[in-house]
Amino acid sequence: MAPRTTTPGRAAAANGVNVSALLGARQALAEAPAAAAFTWRASSEWINGTYSRSTIGGFYGLGAEQTRPRTFAVEADHPQVFASEDNAPTPVELVLAGLAGCLSAGVAAVAQNRGIQLHSVKATLEADMDVRGILGVDADIRNGFSAVRAHFDIEADASKEDIAALVAQSQKRSAVFDIVTNPTDVHVTVG
Amino acid sequence: MQRITTVVVGAGHSGLAMSRQLSAQGIDHVVLERGKVANAWETQRWDSLRLLTPNWQSRLPDYAYTGSDPDGYMTMAEVVAYLRRYAGTIAAPVMEDTTVRRIAGDAGRYVVVTDRGSWTCRTVVMASGACNLPAVPALAEHLPDGIASLTPFQYRAPDMLPAGGVMIVGASATGVQLAREIRASGREVMLCVGEHVRVPRTYRGRDITWWMDAIGLMDVRYDEIDDVDRAQRLPSLQLIGTPQRETVDLNALQQAGVEIVGKLVALESATAKFSGALHNHCTLADLKMNRLLAGIDDWIRQAGREDEFGPPSRPAPTRLHRTPRLSLDLGRSGIRSVIWATGFRPDHSWVDLPVFDRKGRIRHSGGVTAAPGLYLMGLPFMRRRKSSFIDGAAADARDLAVHMVARLSRAVA
Repeated sequence: MAPRTTTPGRAAAANGVNVSALLGARQALAEAPAAAAFTWRASSEWINGTYSRSTIGGFYGLGAEQTRPRTFAVEADHPQVFASEDNAPTPVELVLAGLAGCLSAGVAAVAQNRGIQLHSVKATLEADMDVRGILGVDADIRNGFSAVRAHFDIEADASKEDIAALVAQSQKRSAVFDIVTNPTDVHVTVG
Repeated sequence: MQRITTVVVGAGHSGLAMSRQLSAQGIDHVVLERGKVANAWETQRWDSLRLLTPNWQSRLPDYAYTGSDPDGYMTMAEVVAYLRRYAGTIAAPVMEDTTVRRIAGDAGRYVVVTDRGSWTCRTVVMASGACNLPAVPALAEHLPDGIASLTPFQYRAPDMLPAGGVMIVGASATGVQLAREIRASGREVMLCVGEHVRVPRTYRGRDITWWMDAIGLMDVRYDEIDDVDRAQRLPSLQLIGTPQRETVDLNALQQAGVEIVGKLVALESATAKFSGALHNHCTLADLKMNRLLAGIDDWIRQAGREDEFGPPSRPAPTRLHRTPRLSLDLGRSGIRSVIWATGFRPDHSWVDLPVFDRKGRIRHSGGVTAAPGLYLMGLPFMRRRKSSFIDGAAADARDLAVHMVARLSRAVA
């Protein structure tokens, strides 16, 4: 592979993304596919009703177990209109938050790589769902989202087209966008 | 065992252009061809196909189109006649009906085994084509019984398909052309669209490939772009060569009644599932097309030639006429055949040398492989954006012939 050329001004943007590290990793992992195999983890414990708490800590990647300085907790519950206590966001809202986080990170990384200084990146997400699916009222209605809409408002030192290209490229490279838009084999076991 | 300096494998446009350059450099060589000159153009293309580039752009070393329609697009029969005339004009030393079975050996001493004898040589040029094998995704195996599965090599014309609807997988030049003509024959057609490259047939009064040539895009080299690996894997431009200079984009296809769905991502128990990323794939294609057109506008402005061409414009953004469906029960749908327009790859299975990467592709830098004296020709973006076009063979052949001469003279010294 040819070395990536450096466009003048590319390094000028400061979006807090270490692009040279990412590009270095890209090149290194192209040569060492085994190191690119990551496994992400979350474990959850039911608390009460629809309320549960997931903890997120280590993961596997770069050929080894990776630890973090701290463990994160993410809670989920259902709202009062579902006769629940509303202790935390619903799992489907967490999916939207995951998509927003993934796309926003992508916008920042692509902007950095293209030498575009960002000033603000705001994402607003909505998803439609017919809850007759999860309630089992109508077998023709799916459980999940029937549509997802994400809207970005971005202030940056770039043209409208360049900003649109940032958002398009971030979708193209987004893990959560792929997870939401394409099927994944899911295997659940017990005991 | 016959002895020669150079063996060229394949007598298509790439092999013939290389033969001409080798002759010019005084390198004795033979061009081995499994069929007749221009075999793949003659035997492996559907009936209606015409070149994607205009006649004038089929320039080969010391040879060019001289007919009355420089802006037209050759039919396959015309391409075959054009290349056969070229082979005669340059007196290319072609051995037809000679299939290469194996190439082995090491630095500067190669053995080329054919079904009609063997050759020893010091250098080899593999000009056997970029599109020898259809690249069909693994999920094709799960197509339910009763639905015909075809590659573009098997497809000739709509009337050979079983009665019923047709699903075409892939929206490169092949996919959009087949969708257009099968729909025009009166069938229901569904087109599965992933990443694609949208361009208008003409812009500001000129063919888009005229512009790509004029502004230097066709000549962009492999060693001056960010990610040549990605450039080599891009789908072909959504183009068709018709006398009316039609544009065959997703808007035109929908207008004609083709249903557009996302990339085919799964086939499970007769249900096809399509990606929800279609909107973004269309947005990306529109953005890239507009960037190309803006580059043309800039070039015209900087050259001070605004008066020569029509005014700037932008094609309408890709519009999806309906919410794209995400799944389809093939058993219950009217689809009776599927065509895998999912790309092609070269067949180098006869190369018995340690030059392959993890994915079974020959590793090379601008057509120069790691095996000394072993060269490639005619692959996408091999040395330039135009490397896989007929018009790209001349420059690549010239570069590689020069490289080869340097290598041969070094070896002698």
